[in-house]
Amino acid sequence: MTPRLRLFLMLAPAVAVIGLLFGGGLMVALMRSFNYMPVIGLTDPNLQAYARVLTNPDFLLSFLLTFHIAFTSTIIAALIAIAATLLIRATRTGRGIITFLFQLNLTIPHIVGAIGILYLFSQSGTFARLAHATHLIARPADFPALVFDPAAIGIILHYVWKEVPFIGLIVLAQMQTIGTDHEATARSLGATPWQAFRHALLPLLLPGITAASVICFAFAFGAYEIPAVLGASYPQALPVLAYRSFTDVDLASRPDAMAMAIIITIISAALIWAYTRALHAMVRG
Amino acid sequence: MKVLRRLAVGTLILWLILPLIPLAIWSFAKGWRFPALLPQEFTLNAWHIALSDRAGVLQSLWITGAIAAIATVLAILIGVPAGRALGQHRFRGKSAVQALIIAPLIVPGLAVALGLHAVFLHLGLTNSFTGVVLVHLIPTLPYMIIIMTGIFANHDTRFEAQARTLGATSYQTFRHITLPAILPGIIVGGLFCFLVSWSQYILTLLIGGGRVQTLPLLLFSFATSGRNDLTGAIALIYILPGILILILTARHLTGTHPALAGLAHK
Repeated sequence: MTPRLRLFLMLAPAVAVIGLLFGGGLMVALMRSFNYMPVIGLTDPNLQAYARVLTNPDFLLSFLLTFHIAFTSTIIAALIAIAATLLIRATRTGRGIITFLFQLNLTIPHIVGAIGILYLFSQSGTFARLAHATHLIARPADFPALVFDPAAIGIILHYVWKEVPFIGLIVLAQMQTIGTDHEATARSLGATPWQAFRHALLPLLLPGITAASVICFAFAFGAYEIPAVLGASYPQALPVLAYRSFTDVDLASRPDAMAMAIIITIISAALIWAYTRALHAMVRG
Repeated sequence: MKVLRRLAVGTLILWLILPLIPLAIWSFAKGWRFPALLPQEFTLNAWHIALSDRAGVLQSLWITGAIAAIATVLAILIGVPAGRALGQHRFRGKSAVQALIIAPLIVPGLAVALGLHAVFLHLGLTNSFTGVVLVHLIPTLPYMIIIMTGIFANHDTRFEAQARTLGATSYQTFRHITLPAILPGIIVGGLFCFLVSWSQYILTLLIGGGRVQTLPLLLFSFATSGRNDLTGAIALIYILPGILILILTARHLTGTHPALAGLAHK
């Protein structure tokens, strides 16, 4: 066996499986979004589904909502993660527990976290009961709507809960590699602790934080089960809207579902591409 | 300053476990109505139902575990050779292959699953166990390949070469030299793949069509039907394998591990 053939045989199954399942699935979704499906006699591709979706005010509202969910939750999670890791670095007590809880959190499926957030923040949930016990509210309806709400606060709370440990662990690992020499040098040259952090440590952490944030953003943009548990019935997050049109009794709305799914894919891919480019530019200086 | 810091650490710890607390309490609660801060009565009723098979929990547990186990074995069989090729060889088109392998991890699964649904429908794979196992390869296989690429990049091939010069067959070399060296990586990667499959929701829902009732699907239906006590019990059962796997692999888990993204996001 030649080395080239050996290499081909080692890679072929993996490339075939991912190519067929992932690439194939994406291709078929793309074809169907153009209403092109030769096996059932649809041989005239057109852009009707995209035209319908993009001129639908519900879609645009869902799009803005989904962007808001992904953007707001990622920014808040990244800021808390940086603060939390600085805190962990400064304390000896609690460090082991927090690191363990960060890891534990990663193993918990999103749907469990989403249901937990529901039981905490709903109008008859734990916090509403605490508010009642402290005479802040008289009835469940007095408690602010934090889940099933149009501003998607519950969904954002869930993502923040789930993404802080993810970004935090990446930042912690980076801090360990970087060490404290840079900051110590800055301090000895007269920098305040904030200046040392801002100008010596943060620039070194930023590539890792950005990479982790992009993963979080793309996930929050495309995830179904969290907005399905915690979201309002109107407006719905894009993945929920796409799933609902796909399972609609009217089969004619399936191309619309495909078009929405393709739009979600294009946006995530474009954002990831833009971020990685920005990252490369930054690293090169 | 020190008090403030302690307070912050305490708040962070509380926030990290907070969503699990109502789930745990609900699983032992009997009629826990607003505005009671704690249940008036505690009961093991939800646990009895969950573990007695009346609610279909045991069957779902079995289905979820079987799907995850089979998907993991397939990911290992396909991923180990691919990891070796990527970790130890340079070849033309390598970056394209790597991009293809990473793509399923960052592109949301929804579009892929919607497209695959049409294909699987023609192949008779929708609403089937086999179809769900196949679709679970999309998020699991890339992780296995990435982990094995890392393992093989640090793998010293001189021992293998020495075994061969001493007359070992290629099977003997693999069995006695390569396998023991890469086994820890395979085990950790396999456990991650198991957990990634175990956590899947939308891929199972779309391809299984609600017929392949894995634990997260069951959990969702109980959560939306207002059975908070059963939801709590199922949720605690559902997170148990993850905790066990974490304890088993704790020393392998660091922030730089590529598998982390999988745990958090798939």
